[in-house]
Amino acid sequence: MSTTVSEARPSAPGFLSEVLYLSRRYPLGVAGALIMVTFVLCAIFADYVAPLDPFSTNARSSLAKPSEVNLLGADMMGRDVLSRIIHGARVSLAVAVGATVLGSGIGAAVGLACGYLGGWFDLIVQRVTEVMDALPLLVMALVITASLGPSLRNTIIAIAIPLVPHVARVIRSNVLALREMPFVEAAKATGMSEMRIAVVHVLPNTLAPLIVLATAQLGSTILTEASLSFLGLGVPEPYPSWGRMLSESAAEYVRTAPWLVIFPGLAISLVVFGSNLTGDALRDALDPRQHD
Amino acid sequence: MLSYLIRRLLLMALTLFGVSIVIFLLLRIVPGNIADILFDSAGLIDPAEKAKIVADLGLDLSIYQQYTQWIGGLLQGDLGYSYVSEKPVIEEIAPRIPITAQLAVMALIFSVVMGVPLGVISAVRQNTPLDYLLRITSLSGLSMPSFWLGLLILMACVHFFGTIPIYDRNPPTFWAWLAMMAVPAAAVGFRSSALIMRLTRSAMLEVLRHDFVRTARSKGLSERAVTYNHALRNALLPVVTIIGIEVAFLFGGLIVTETVFNIPGVARFLVEAIRWRDYPMVQNLVMFTATILVLINLIVDLIYMVIDPRIRYSE
Repeated sequence: MSTTVSEARPSAPGFLSEVLYLSRRYPLGVAGALIMVTFVLCAIFADYVAPLDPFSTNARSSLAKPSEVNLLGADMMGRDVLSRIIHGARVSLAVAVGATVLGSGIGAAVGLACGYLGGWFDLIVQRVTEVMDALPLLVMALVITASLGPSLRNTIIAIAIPLVPHVARVIRSNVLALREMPFVEAAKATGMSEMRIAVVHVLPNTLAPLIVLATAQLGSTILTEASLSFLGLGVPEPYPSWGRMLSESAAEYVRTAPWLVIFPGLAISLVVFGSNLTGDALRDALDPRQHD
Repeated sequence: MLSYLIRRLLLMALTLFGVSIVIFLLLRIVPGNIADILFDSAGLIDPAEKAKIVADLGLDLSIYQQYTQWIGGLLQGDLGYSYVSEKPVIEEIAPRIPITAQLAVMALIFSVVMGVPLGVISAVRQNTPLDYLLRITSLSGLSMPSFWLGLLILMACVHFFGTIPIYDRNPPTFWAWLAMMAVPAAAVGFRSSALIMRLTRSAMLEVLRHDFVRTARSKGLSERAVTYNHALRNALLPVVTIIGIEVAFLFGGLIVTETVFNIPGVARFLVEAIRWRDYPMVQNLVMFTATILVLINLIVDLIYMVIDPRIRYSE
């Protein structure tokens, strides 16, 4: 057991010392957060960071090897791979964050309602959860995109929906434990309404597990988006998407243009790696019951 | 025990009934039906021909009638006909199942054979460079999309052998079959092996702190006997649970890996059916997947009960 709780926090408050403290306590987590921040900044400032226009085709640089002009090479249509990866960060992160926020939000609301209301509502939701558990995440996402049609918004919905039962279950069990706590009883004694207790007292106490869960989901939503796009059922053209860059280049470019395969995959792996590191550190920091 | 099993089987039937409704409605949420698509793609213009397509596919019936028709057939073993090939669905699916099953079983074996021992080593050598290396490797395993890993493996094949492995329906020897399947199975199983490794490691660390482990050491047992006979046995319980959950992820991995390696299995076929909007095929394939998944979860729970005598589901 890591009983390093006694480790002193820096006495002088301040952003810098806080960062220094965190990086000593959770070096891997801070490294992960740095990777994430880098990708987020690239996504936001893609127009300024990307060396070339990700959409402009150029027959002369078709399948160009990595060089001074195209740092990571160019694709079949002569579009710069590095610029497409940087712009692709936008799509990947927008989908990942959008789906995670949407899925976790609905999941938290459902879980709160289940744990707090109980009864038939809880029973029905539990059965629906079992139904959704019987479908693999990617299969469900595939069927939803197939039915709604491929678009940025629908990809977010398709990835968010399978997250809902998972989040709802964790929040529900948390709420069930919380509502037996003395502070809830105290709130009841002061004559607070049930609704207000649920929102003001119970909900804030589920935030820590919710944040841990959402960060952990972030990586898997990025991977799901990549898989959907790889299979040609994700975010459609003209958005550059890492997953689709790999599907365009897949098997035949393995022989002829390896840079088209290596770099987009590296971008996906790196950002998911970063979010996994961050998620692990957050879990250690916010959820003291779990070790390692 | 028997009453537990019966209750579980009834719940299973209820779950699968729910799955059938969800999948059926999901495929019909959006207006505009398959007849329009087939009609357009066939380049037909005569409305009478369109009416014939609609009637042939049973699309003129109400949603309720279409559903009962499908489920009624399903219960009698009649899965209907593919919109695209017009062959019976069962004839299309059946030959593809063993291919995916072989791949899945091999991937699962790979993930356990890799994951458990490495997790034990990582726990026993906690906080050594080897432990850090294994932990970073397993975290990268969880971060890599399995289709990319598959592509990297193909790239390595091109580099070292000058060619990529091609799926052969009738491999000449057992070894040829093993070599052909092992590579994609490793690509699918790598993620699971990373997860199993992490879990084995943390479960081992937890168990190694217990009193009975100290007792075993103090009565002079070798470190090896303590690790494998005492600690690992207890640490494996959560690992068995995760295998049940991992099977669902494994299926996602199978879909993309079969696509990368061009293996004509049932997982890749689902994506093809979705692209062609072959709804009878999609419906039945999803039902099939759900049934397998629910069954595997039941089996995992039963195994759990056998290996941990403390658990009794009777009450």
